[in-house]
Order: sequence, then C-alpha cells, then structure tokens
Amino acid sequence: MPHVRFRLNGVETDVEADPDRSLLDILRGDLHMTGPHFGCGVNECGACNVMVDDHAVASCDTPLWSVAGKEIVTPEGLGTAGRPHPLQRAFIAEQALQCGYCVSGILMSAAALLKRNPKPTAAEVKAALDRNLCRCGSHNRMVRAVLRAAAELEAP
Amino acid sequence: MTEPPPAPKLPVSLAANPKLSSWIRFSTEGHVTISPGKVEIGQGIVTALAQIAADELDVDIGRVQLVRASTAASPNEGVTSGSLSVQQSGRAIRQVCAEVRQIFLGVASDRLGVGIEALDVKDGTISGPGNIRTSYWELAEEVSLERDAIPGAIPKPSAQRVLAGSSVQRVDIPDKVFAHPRFIHDSALPGTLHGRVLRPELYGAKLVALREDAARGIAGFVNIVRDGNFVGVVSETEHSALTTLGALRKGAAWSSGETLPDEDGLAEWLKAQPVESTLIDRKTASRANEKTRTIRRQYTRPYIAHASIAPSCAMAQWTQDRVRVWTHSQGVYLLRTDLALVLNLPIENITVEHLEGAGCYGHNAADDVALDAVLLAKAAGGRPVRVQWSREDEMSHGPFGAAMAIEVEADLDAHGEILDWRHSIWSNGHAARPGRAALPALLAGTELANPFPRTISANPPQANGGGGDRNSIPLYDFPAWQIESHRLLTMPIRTSALRTLGAQGNIFAIESFLDELAAERGEDPVALRLRHLRDERARDVIRSVARRANWKPQKQSGTGYGIGFGRYKNTGAYCAVIAEIEGAQDISVRRLTIAVDVGEAINPDGVINQIEGGAIQATSWVLKERVRFDRQRITSNTWTGYPILRFSEVPDVDVELIQRPECDSVGAGEAAHGPVTAAIANAVFDALGVRVRNLPITRDSLIASMELTA
Repeated sequence: MPHVRFRLNGVETDVEADPDRSLLDILRGDLHMTGPHFGCGVNECGACNVMVDDHAVASCDTPLWSVAGKEIVTPEGLGTAGRPHPLQRAFIAEQALQCGYCVSGILMSAAALLKRNPKPTAAEVKAALDRNLCRCGSHNRMVRAVLRAAAELEAP
Repeated sequence: MTEPPPAPKLPVSLAANPKLSSWIRFSTEGHVTISPGKVEIGQGIVTALAQIAADELDVDIGRVQLVRASTAASPNEGVTSGSLSVQQSGRAIRQVCAEVRQIFLGVASDRLGVGIEALDVKDGTISGPGNIRTSYWELAEEVSLERDAIPGAIPKPSAQRVLAGSSVQRVDIPDKVFAHPRFIHDSALPGTLHGRVLRPELYGAKLVALREDAARGIAGFVNIVRDGNFVGVVSETEHSALTTLGALRKGAAWSSGETLPDEDGLAEWLKAQPVESTLIDRKTASRANEKTRTIRRQYTRPYIAHASIAPSCAMAQWTQDRVRVWTHSQGVYLLRTDLALVLNLPIENITVEHLEGAGCYGHNAADDVALDAVLLAKAAGGRPVRVQWSREDEMSHGPFGAAMAIEVEADLDAHGEILDWRHSIWSNGHAARPGRAALPALLAGTELANPFPRTISANPPQANGGGGDRNSIPLYDFPAWQIESHRLLTMPIRTSALRTLGAQGNIFAIESFLDELAAERGEDPVALRLRHLRDERARDVIRSVARRANWKPQKQSGTGYGIGFGRYKNTGAYCAVIAEIEGAQDISVRRLTIAVDVGEAINPDGVINQIEGGAIQATSWVLKERVRFDRQRITSNTWTGYPILRFSEVPDVDVELIQRPECDSVGAGEAAHGPVTAAIANAVFDALGVRVRNLPITRDSLIASMELTA
C-alpha cells in the first residue's frame, strides 16, 4: 500500500492505505477521529466537512491521494474546551444547535469563511453555509454565532 | 358538608415506576444522579430535567448528573415523543425530588436534634440553628431510597424555584461543539465489527438469487447473514463492509416489487382505499339560523420524510443467549419488546441502552437498524457489531409521515357566519412504533424467512392526542361540527410517527379554510379568530403575535402576510404565527413572528430554540418537501431528490414567549408546525390571491392553483 503524508491538525501524519479511499473513511476508520460525521457520502450535506488548506471540503468526497502534502483541520483541531476557537465559544454562547450532528461540518465551513473573510455580513455567512444542511432548524442561531465569533476575532 | 379533598396522586411516570432509587441516587462525593426514562434527541431535555432536580433539591446544577435511559435500570417512561418529556419526566422528577428532600430532612432532623422546620438546604448542605449541619452527601449511605414514592410530597411553589424559568446553558452542547464523541455514530466499542444490510431498490421486492463468492473474497470479510430476504454483511472495517455490500449487491437478483400509488393522484388514491372510519367528535346546535350555502374545500399534504442528517445507526453484542443493544431509539423498553418478539427470547435476555443520535423528529429507522445490528451480531462470534444505514436507505426504507387528504365543509348563514362545520380526514395511520402490538414493527422482521406481517399504522387514541385526527377538533366556538377520521387499511408506503402526526395537516386545513371564509366575508382574519375563541390563553397568543408583527402591515407588491394558530393536541402549547412572504413564482418566507405559551417554561431559551427550529422545519416542509416515488420505488432517496430548506432560504424567526409559571409545563417541540404551515399558505393568498390547498407550495403547485382559480 502506498503512503500518503499530510499535516493533520498541525501534526505530520503518514497513512498507509488505498489512496482512492475517501478522506472521511481514513479519518474515522484509520485515525479514529470522529469529529467529521458521515451524512450522505456524496457531498450533499456538509456533515463531514473538514478544512484542507483553509478551504472547507466534504471529506466523504475527497480521495486520500488528493490531500498529499496538504494541511487538514478537523473539528478536533479547531480548538479545545480549554482553548476554544471563537467559533466554538460563540456556538455555546448562542446555544446554536439542537441535535448537533451537523455542527462539526458547519464549524469547518464557518472557520474557512472567517479565514478568507474575517468580517462577513449575515448574507455572506448564509452563502458560506449554504451547502451545509441542518434539519433541526438552528440556522439563524448558527449565523448569529458566526457573526459573534467574527466580532470577537476582530476585537483587539 | 364539604367534600374531602381528593387523595393526592403521583404523576403518571412515577405511578408507573414508583421506586425512588430508580430515579435518583446520591453519592458521598457530592453528586446527585438523575435517571429519567426519556432520552435526549436534541430537544434539550436533559438540561431541563437537571434544572428541575436542582431546584427542588436545592443543589447547584453542576452536581446533577443525568444518566442515559437503559432497560437495565431506568424507569420505563415509554417513548420520548409527543412533546411530553417535560410534562411527564419533569413532573415525576420534581415529585421524586420533593419527597427525597423531605426524607433527607427527616433523617437530618433526627441526627441534629432539631425539627425539620428549623432546617434549611443550600447546595445540598442541610443546616439548622447554631451552625449545626449535615448534607445529602454525608447522609447518602444512611438514607435508603429503595422504597416506593408516597403521594403527598408537595413540590415548591413556582415562586421559590430559582432555575426553572431561567435559560441555563444546555449540558450537552460543549461536547458537540468540541467534537467529543457523544453520538452513537462515534461511540465504537473495542473490537467492533461493521455491518451493512442489503435492501432492495424496489419496494417489497424478494431476493430470488444471491451470489456470495465475490463478497467473500474481499479483505476484512467476516460473515454474510442471510435469512429469507434479509441479507447483511459483517466486516472488520466500515470500508470493507461497504465494499462487500457493493459486491453482494451485484450478486443479488430481486423479484419485482409491490405497486405504489400514483404520486400525482394521492388524494384520489387515499379516498379510494379500504378504511376504518371513526367519528372523532360531534357537536350539535340547539338552534341555528337558516343555512344559505355550503362551502367545501379539500387540502392535502404529501408523505414527508424524517430526513435525519445522520443515517440511523446501532450496535449490538451477543454473549451466549443474551444480547446488549445500543440505540438512538426514542423508546428503549418498546424496542426491547419488539426485539424479544422477533428473536423469540425472554425480555430479560435483552438489554437496550440509549446513546444519542441526530434529531429524529419521530419514528425513523432508529429501531429498524437496531434489529439489523442484533441479527448481524449473531454472526460475529461475540464481538460488537455496528450497523449504519446508507443515506439512500434512510430516505426510502424508514417510515414516512403519512400523506393526508382533508375535506372541510361549512354551512353558512346569510351573513357568512358558520352554522355547521364538517372535517373529514383520509390518511394512513400515524403510528407504527415498536413495542405496542402483539407483532413486531421492525423492518427486518418483515424480511425474514418466517416473516412477520408489515404493521399497518394505527392512530393513538384521542385521549393521547390522536393521530391522523390530531388537532382536527376546532378550538373555535362554532355552533355545530362533525369530525371524522378514515384510516387506511392498506399501506403500500410505510408510515409512522412524524413530528406532530396529523396536526400539521389538520391545522393547515382549518386555518386555511378560516382564512378563506374571512376573505369571503371581507373580515380581518385575526378579528375573525378572536371572535370565535373563548380561551384567554388562545386569545393572548393571537393578540400578542398581532401586536408584535404590527398586524396588519401595509401591503407592498409581491409581499403577503398570513396568520395561523393552534394549540398542539388541543391540550398542549398555544402558538400563533404571522408569516411574511415574498415572491411570485418561487415563494420565499422572509419572516415568521410567533407567540407561544407553554405554561411554565423551565428553560425559556430552550423553548424558543424548539419553536424556532420547529418553525424553520415547517417552512421546509411547506416549501420543499414531498417524498417522491414512481410506481415501484421511492425516488427521493438523496438530498438532491429530497431537498430541504437551506441557510439562504431560512426566514427570520422572532419568538415571544408568554411565561405562565402558575401553569403546568407542556412541550414546545411540535407547537409551531401547524400554525407556521397555515400562516405561510395564508400569506401566499394575501400576496398573490392564489389559494394553495395542496402542499408543498412550489412553483408547480402555484401554477396548478392559479389554473384552478382561473
């Protein structure tokens, strides 16, 4: 089996696996990272989103070979309870979820948005999250949470 | 002579599970463990229950730990559904805590040598005059709770509760935001194998041949399980299970399936089926004005999918003739009952434990996949097996919310006032949950070599809120009415409980029809409703929402406003909604203004979250959702085939919560769907003059309605 190397949440990672397998399958099955969630398997719901070189991508639809040499961030790498990312703080402050299954992917889409656009409007947040599905109807809280995080990031 | 006061009674869940220790335990380390029979499904119930316990016991909420429901130890509270968790579990836990607090005070009083009335509890520390003190934790080993609850303990009056009524942050949210494994999907046990089940594309098709050789050669292969039409694979890894399943699919030959109805003629089909008819309610007028005309309208809603973001998942592990099951089912005891029926095992041999799943919004495939896991785990040599459905199976083989056709007819007098009102419903039953019947209701049970028949969905009795007939009895003071429900006795498309059961369809019909009558009379639809409502709580939500939305705003071209109202199950939460919509061909909902009364709101932000979520989900149902099928198969088995509302399409939702601490708490999760549905439809009429009576309201249904109007 070929080796594929990439940085995962800041750590050099070397995976020996069929390079055609999906990144989601590698993350969950081989690396035991359960932050990215399976939802549909065909890039239609966003539950499995991760950041690859600061872009939100559906890991279910991303072959392992395509991330060689890239920088990958999963929800586990965003922040921790001790050192939360402003998005995580904001999602708690806004109580921005119900069941929370979609949230890990939404955090990834939002984190990628804030990287390229630190001061988004509400409409820009909605556009950035438009490929992420939420079934519980927590959308408006999530938009508020992303705007809150953006404001916090901007504050000195 | 005065009547003696009625003997105090225990809340229903506590009467069914009276042992105090089954609900509550104290540790010497300073924790109190609460064990409810209801489960977290994203509605925030564990937080609300922790608030109730902390209030009643006078302990910091941080000391309260909630354990997940399990048939091994939890009280049996049936199913977590019907917006009853705060009502049932909350009242039981409040009562338990009130009694347990008194028990501890009694023991403390003996130990400290002062009367109970001189004692005070603060964060679990019990203190009396002269700095004497003990605590729940100190007394934990001395006080036995292995006894049954006795009716009569009096919980605190609402004014003395500190946490109830405050928006405590939900205890489960940090895990979900920090990606700590909490979902069943993320909770693999050591040595877990992975299973997948092969299901036919054609509805009801039979497996006629299966070639297994290719599947058996795949790396990681462990086993194939075949029992009649039930076929599944067990593999070392998820990847291997999926690859093996793919090979098995290629090697499978299926018969043709059953014929499905014509999706474009659903109302006609529903009304042509054999039915069981029930008179739900009849009210007769003593005297009436002369009838001058009768108006009849028909409203429909399609089959609606639960469409959980996570495909259903379960784990099972056998040890000899005992099996342990992990599930996100809404009812662990009910699932156990059906598993015992399928497996022909005594229930003592089965333990069912809850782990959180994604929001389910009713009876989805959670229970089905649990049986799948149990059957596959039989071939796993004692190792645990985790089974997860595919997106396609989730959207086509799980139960759907039932399609409905509803006829409403009113006799009017010369002034357009309602003299008589008739409401008839044609629909499959809205409940086929497991554990309720002599035969199991689990999908794989119908696929075995010795199959169980498919459970034809029933309707819960009116006393429990009804099913297809839920919310069909008007809350308005019409002088006479007759309400009938026709439940189908055929079920080519599998239906079971979806959030609100029949209430969404019935409220849509009633509130649309009222709007039509108001328009005909030239009367303001808010005024018309208020004129026919006597219940002050109902009038309050309508007046509040009208005030909040500045009813009725100046109409601009291309925009419209509509109102909808309902009291969920006619006994639960009151909810009134004003929708603001815009558009001509494609409708977009700009804003939903909502007033809601759930009695005592334990966690106001939690209630608002549920109402917002319900409102947005209902908007999705109204504008987008319809299970699609041809005559052989469900075709809407992807998110492309079954689109739901996206971020860019979501309306602003503004909720006013009317707090009534003196009134019993009722649930909030299903209050908004019916009123939102009607408010949107009524706003569409306001904007376009087009009455859409068939959901969903799409470009196609608008055009069809325009053609009818023309």
